[in-house]
Amino acid sequence: MTKIIDIIVAAIIQGIPLLYGATGEIITEKSGNLNLGIPGIMYVGGISGIIGGYIYEKMTPNPVTVLLILIPLLSSLLGSLLMALLYSFLTVTLKSNQNVTGLALTTFGVGIGNFFGGSLVKMMGGTGGSIALQQTGKAFRAQLPFAKSLGSVGKLFFSYGFLAYLAIVIAVLAAFFLNKTRMGLNLKAVGENPATADAAGINVTKYKYFATCIGGMIAGLGGLYWVMDYTDGAWTNNGFGDRGWLAIAIVIFAIWKPLLAIPSATLFGGLYILSIYIPGLTSWQKELINTLPYVVTIVVLCTVSARKKKENLPPASLGLSYFREER
Amino acid sequence: MKSEKIVKEPLIHITKRDTMPPWQSILIRVGAVLIALAVSAVLVIVLTKTNPMSVFDAMFKGSFGSVRKMQNLMKSVATLLCISLAITPAFKMKFWNIGAEGQVLMGALAAAAVMRTMGRYVIPSWVVILVMLAAALVSGLIWAVIPAIFKALWNTNETLFTLMMNYVAMQIIQIFIAIWIKSGSGVVGYINEQSHRGWLPDLFGVKYLLNIIVVAGLTVFMFVYLKFSKHGYEISVVGESENTARYIGINVKKVVIRTMAISGALCGLAGFLLVAGADHTINKDLAGGMGFTAIMVSWLAKFNPFIMVGASFMLVFLDRGASNVATMCKLNDSVGEIITAIIIFFIIGCEFFIRYKINFRARTPKEKAPDEPEKPEQTEITEGEKAPAGIA
Repeated sequence: MTKIIDIIVAAIIQGIPLLYGATGEIITEKSGNLNLGIPGIMYVGGISGIIGGYIYEKMTPNPVTVLLILIPLLSSLLGSLLMALLYSFLTVTLKSNQNVTGLALTTFGVGIGNFFGGSLVKMMGGTGGSIALQQTGKAFRAQLPFAKSLGSVGKLFFSYGFLAYLAIVIAVLAAFFLNKTRMGLNLKAVGENPATADAAGINVTKYKYFATCIGGMIAGLGGLYWVMDYTDGAWTNNGFGDRGWLAIAIVIFAIWKPLLAIPSATLFGGLYILSIYIPGLTSWQKELINTLPYVVTIVVLCTVSARKKKENLPPASLGLSYFREER
Repeated sequence: MKSEKIVKEPLIHITKRDTMPPWQSILIRVGAVLIALAVSAVLVIVLTKTNPMSVFDAMFKGSFGSVRKMQNLMKSVATLLCISLAITPAFKMKFWNIGAEGQVLMGALAAAAVMRTMGRYVIPSWVVILVMLAAALVSGLIWAVIPAIFKALWNTNETLFTLMMNYVAMQIIQIFIAIWIKSGSGVVGYINEQSHRGWLPDLFGVKYLLNIIVVAGLTVFMFVYLKFSKHGYEISVVGESENTARYIGINVKKVVIRTMAISGALCGLAGFLLVAGADHTINKDLAGGMGFTAIMVSWLAKFNPFIMVGASFMLVFLDRGASNVATMCKLNDSVGEIITAIIIFFIIGCEFFIRYKINFRARTPKEKAPDEPEKPEQTEITEGEKAPAGIA
């Protein structure tokens, strides 16, 4: 029993960064922007948080807990916002190809993450090679005080840092926004057919910009969760791995619905670490299990496209730039 | 729109250009590259706090510092160019195949598997090489055709499909390595290190020369194929407009599948060259992200194979040079990736000025000071919306 709970807790922890990435990408894709730069944005979200935290924690003698959280949080949001703005400017204003821009953005973001992650200590004149922000990490990992006393229930529900709960809140809010508000419906209209939305008086450019930027900031929080909560304020180059792409896979798996993204992210998080918890596997069997998330995603993508149910299909104008004179 | 009767004409109005004289578009692109290089230079100097001359010196040494470095440079350029050429037909058709990485890896895996299996027997090396080549071409082809068939049948989003196929390919390599290497180290060393069976020979004693010759031949072939063959014509028509293609009787589904097959097989060739002609081993990072960089090369060169030679050379040179500068200053060598991305941002950004024309509102005496509060970049469409409202 405790082992099952251990697996679920580990799956949730692995799933949280994926959920941030997926929610952000869903909002972005609903505007018709296929932002393949999400993995890069998540790296930048992480490293910006680290930079902000490093400057505050190492430069002040007695850091305050509130600021230990607030400064990395804001710098992370700022970092991912700048990345998303760059993507929006290139694809919406300059109408460049979304795939190429997105891939370049990922190269850029991963490069920035690894460069500053590997060089920050030296650039700031410190000693030692690696970054470890114990106090910031501790602030981010703070649990509710009664979590320990509730045994396995406490472990299952209350043993996470605040960013984990925020991820679920954001996903629920995103679902509400997309389905129940006028702006959400307008946004979906932009992603389905920008020309029609434009004719209906919806400001396509503004919606695309806002959706991409807000989506990017949400995705960046996934990177922040990873570096502050999961790795306890430490940075390892390429430590975040290919989780950004897995987040894009979840968008497909959850058929562009934020509420479905919550269990999907947990499932994918579980699949990511499942091989560790199954005893007696040979190493090739472990690798086979690690293949599952991607294969399952492909199956979902094909099934959805074969069934052609309108509400499950990707946004119709996904990946296309909109130029109003070209209808 | 130019009529005087409109109360408020938008400040900026974007129109599509018909054509631009070639010298003008070349000038814009060269300008963008120069600005990008200047920005990168400033960035490197600020980050590393070294003087510009030693930065340029170190950049040059990173690529041409020794015979070994020059060989590695040429090897990388050849591989990147090969993958770029491979994906170009599909890209020209507007089939967004971002799965080159996976197709290259599957080709490499097939080549490595043949090399390992046949290497145990005493077989002439050229036989092994031919079987490796065939296996690599076929597996690259299969890996590319799967998404193409789904695209043709059900219009499945090919960008997401091919993206996922990359990671499946990487995992398949991990599975094979785990089966092959019982020690659990997860590292396949040089395959056939003693017998060199299945290794491409060094022509005239020059390393990687055979790779370079093959890719050079492929460059010419791809130019002719795209420009002068019937297939090439069909690819451009499908890329421009599927409806037109259907109207003039082109079987779009057939063209999509056939082009992806060619694209995938050539990616398999790149994988073969990596295993047989360069690294003689297999791991999931063998392609090293070049499957993604190749997309940018192909796009930057506007699908022209000869410009791709220069583009891949430039990207590899800058990446190596910048990494060398960073290593010299004991900083992380990812600065190369940052510079690659900056250059791509500038070049894809400059396309806008080639494709579109920006018309500013003519200043008339009765016009008041511009009262648009928003930034001009964000408002070219917003402002357009206000004009009809003005008439009403």
